[in-house]
Amino acid sequence: MDKRDKIIWLVLLAALIVLPAVGLSRYLQRVISLIFIYSMLGLSLNIVTGYMGQISLGHAAFYAIGAYTSGLLSEHFGLNFLLTCVCGIIMAGIIGWLFSIPTTKLSGTYLAIITMGFGEIVKVVIVNWESLTHGTYGLQRIAKPEFFGFQLNTTNNGLYYLCLIFLVIFVLLCIAIERSKLGRSLRAIKDDPLAASLMGVEINHYKRMAFTISTAMAGCCGALYAHLSGYVDANSFNSDVSTLILSIVIFGGMGSIKGMLLGAAVLVSFPEVLRFVAVYRFVVYGLILIVMMVFRTDGILGGPSKRPYVFPRFVKLEKGEVTKNGTAGGK
Amino acid sequence: MALLEVSNVSKQFGGLAAVSNVDFHVNQGEIVSIIGPNGAGKTTIFNLLTGVYDVTEGKIVFDGKEIQNKKVQHIVNAGIARTFQNIRLFKNMRTIENVMVGFHQNTRYNIFDLIFRTPRFRKYEKEAHIKALEVLHSLGFEKYIHTYAGNLPYGEQRKLEIARAIATGAKLLLLDEPAAGMNPQESEELLEFILGLKDQGFTIILIEHDMSVVMNISDRIYVLDHGKMIADGLPEEIASNQMVIEAYLGKSEDDAAD
Amino acid sequence: MTAQYIVNGLTMGLIYALIAVGYSLVFGILKMINMAHGAVYAFGAHMILMFVTWNLGAVPAVILSVLLTGGLLVIYDRTILATLRKKKAPGIAALITTIGFSYIIQNGLMIAFGTEIKAFPALLGEKMIQVGNVKFAFSQVYILVVSIVLLVGLSLLIHKSKIGLAMRAVEQNSRAADLMGINAKGVISVTFFLSGMSAVIAALLLASYYQTVYPTMGVMIGLKGFSASVLGGIGILYGSAVGGIILGIAESLTVQFLSGAYRDAVAFILLFLILIVRPNGLFGKAKVSKV
Repeated sequence: MDKRDKIIWLVLLAALIVLPAVGLSRYLQRVISLIFIYSMLGLSLNIVTGYMGQISLGHAAFYAIGAYTSGLLSEHFGLNFLLTCVCGIIMAGIIGWLFSIPTTKLSGTYLAIITMGFGEIVKVVIVNWESLTHGTYGLQRIAKPEFFGFQLNTTNNGLYYLCLIFLVIFVLLCIAIERSKLGRSLRAIKDDPLAASLMGVEINHYKRMAFTISTAMAGCCGALYAHLSGYVDANSFNSDVSTLILSIVIFGGMGSIKGMLLGAAVLVSFPEVLRFVAVYRFVVYGLILIVMMVFRTDGILGGPSKRPYVFPRFVKLEKGEVTKNGTAGGK
Repeated sequence: MALLEVSNVSKQFGGLAAVSNVDFHVNQGEIVSIIGPNGAGKTTIFNLLTGVYDVTEGKIVFDGKEIQNKKVQHIVNAGIARTFQNIRLFKNMRTIENVMVGFHQNTRYNIFDLIFRTPRFRKYEKEAHIKALEVLHSLGFEKYIHTYAGNLPYGEQRKLEIARAIATGAKLLLLDEPAAGMNPQESEELLEFILGLKDQGFTIILIEHDMSVVMNISDRIYVLDHGKMIADGLPEEIASNQMVIEAYLGKSEDDAAD
Repeated sequence: MTAQYIVNGLTMGLIYALIAVGYSLVFGILKMINMAHGAVYAFGAHMILMFVTWNLGAVPAVILSVLLTGGLLVIYDRTILATLRKKKAPGIAALITTIGFSYIIQNGLMIAFGTEIKAFPALLGEKMIQVGNVKFAFSQVYILVVSIVLLVGLSLLIHKSKIGLAMRAVEQNSRAADLMGINAKGVISVTFFLSGMSAVIAALLLASYYQTVYPTMGVMIGLKGFSASVLGGIGILYGSAVGGIILGIAESLTVQFLSGAYRDAVAFILLFLILIVRPNGLFGKAKVSKV
């Protein structure tokens, strides 16, 4: 992250922190919280699609698993939100990991279809496993998150800030991943898997890891959504949701963290803002996928950066030093 | 003892023999070239050495250990790295990042180190950055550190591939037609560069068509034709070897057309 | 009873085979999976319905629908996919556009025709026939006959005709085919048209059998047809057909011996198993990666 990026992020964060102070209606709070959640979903799919170049059309399945795990634990055992959320993350991550074991060797298209099928199966299971999931009734009156007897809700802006905190954590996590061995390996796999493996990158291991992290993150979003909205059923997680998530990633720009936020903000808010096009929203999402691929494969904010590579802060070296001393920074 | 000892290696695709009963060895610190007409099986040999293909039969011993049919990563770890006939850089990554991918195996931290930015994470990331800069510096790549690999000039891309291979910590470098597509001045530079690698202690196997490069640089030469080793020796011996001349110029027309 | 289930399974299987062949045709030539194929199938069904309600008569309705659906695919290829090919865009880009294309078609149908399930006329008759203790709907006989004729016809077209030879040439090496004077663009268009046609015929047969159409009707059958083509070996025509039949019968037997609830899961489980055990399908050959 260079200086300009840091300023952008800090200004954005400050704006989002003070925003509720100006008085948001319940409706606006809900829409913005939803944008936060979809930004997080975008960030999670970005790991698989943006960095690694694999498409998942069933991301909603893991979102659902997180939501149901967290919602059911809260319903049956009255556990604290943080605990049920962690369980949702772990459950989605484990199922994602199990799913990834046989599927990592599959190439792009096959994975796209298999994930799509998985999304359908999860939906069928939710509807039919009535003893656990209450079938089509869904989970109702899911408890609002509570901390030390203080309940977060829309009146006290608690839910808004909870989502914001999670979003900040997600962004930091993604930055950390991007600027690490993991991020480099995933991008190398995307560019040229064979060359990556000949550099010693264990392709299958990294694919599984990326998939697990991505699905665990989606599970986290699910838990958050369940407690935010108070109600979920199978339709909360249908293939339209997967579509929207993929569209956010493509529109924002594969591999771009800022792009996910922008993508979610635009694609989630536009049907709300332009009510009259709401019926056409999925036609618009479809158009976005096509137009982006034809004219701007990198999305709005993706693609190569024009600015120099930013060395991590703990690698202290002056650019001149490299050329002058003949050793990089000297130890 | 030789660093690399290949004995009686064959590779068949379906019923077709791409390489049959090949024997050769490479000593520590040598530059050995493998030459031969197109389709003779040179790149197949590289693929066998790096574990991309499994051998049908035979033994490959590197540094005292058998490596035939081992996993690709295992062989990288053992110390063999390569470049490609058609450049295969990570085009959408910067030069320095390409080299750091090469350091992959020696960047040892796990996902928890990454998330919590532990001292171990910092230590290995720092090391990877510094070593990558060292390698880039040794290539005179200072001005390209930030450049995306896909935007580098052609010749520099070839060099970066070598840099990436060096970064894996390899002792043995397999260079697949490094001078392909270069003008005489560029290949002259490359020749110096490869000799420099030799001075740094690298052992090199070279596949090359450019005879001026091969003859000037090689300690020994193996000649491959139709998947068989038909000759080996010092450059001057090879240059005057009747069988080699025939393999290249051909007894029949279709050989020459190759 | 089992005979009855096998007959029913065979009927569905042939429909899957037609869908599977549609995927295979395009994959064979472009090495790309048209994720919009299910939506194209739904589009074809709605077009037939529309033309029939205009009282154009059944045969012209089907012909018009074939032309329109095939034409839609050809236009899509000429505008979008051809641009991507020219730009040498990575495979993922083409795949994503087909996903986008399917959303546009499917949601376009919802807007134009409404999301509800609509009655489809029994164009192929409603009579039932009984042979021994196996009952057929008359439309099932149609399905058997028409799909077998179509599958055989397509197969002959590809293996015996000039255009089939051109298709195979483009599949092997489109640049070389171009240099030999084969109009690769035209060949690709024909392929897309045939793929669209097989989808419309499948839609006609199945919609007449169930007598319903709705915009999302292609989702499940698209997935199943894809599973069938992977099962047989995608890109291989007869493989896809065999895959479809196996899938149809397996589904039907599952309904008989297990439960109807698992019916839709069969295709995915088969797909899963095939991809893990034999990724190139029953009839596919493994490729050697070039370095």
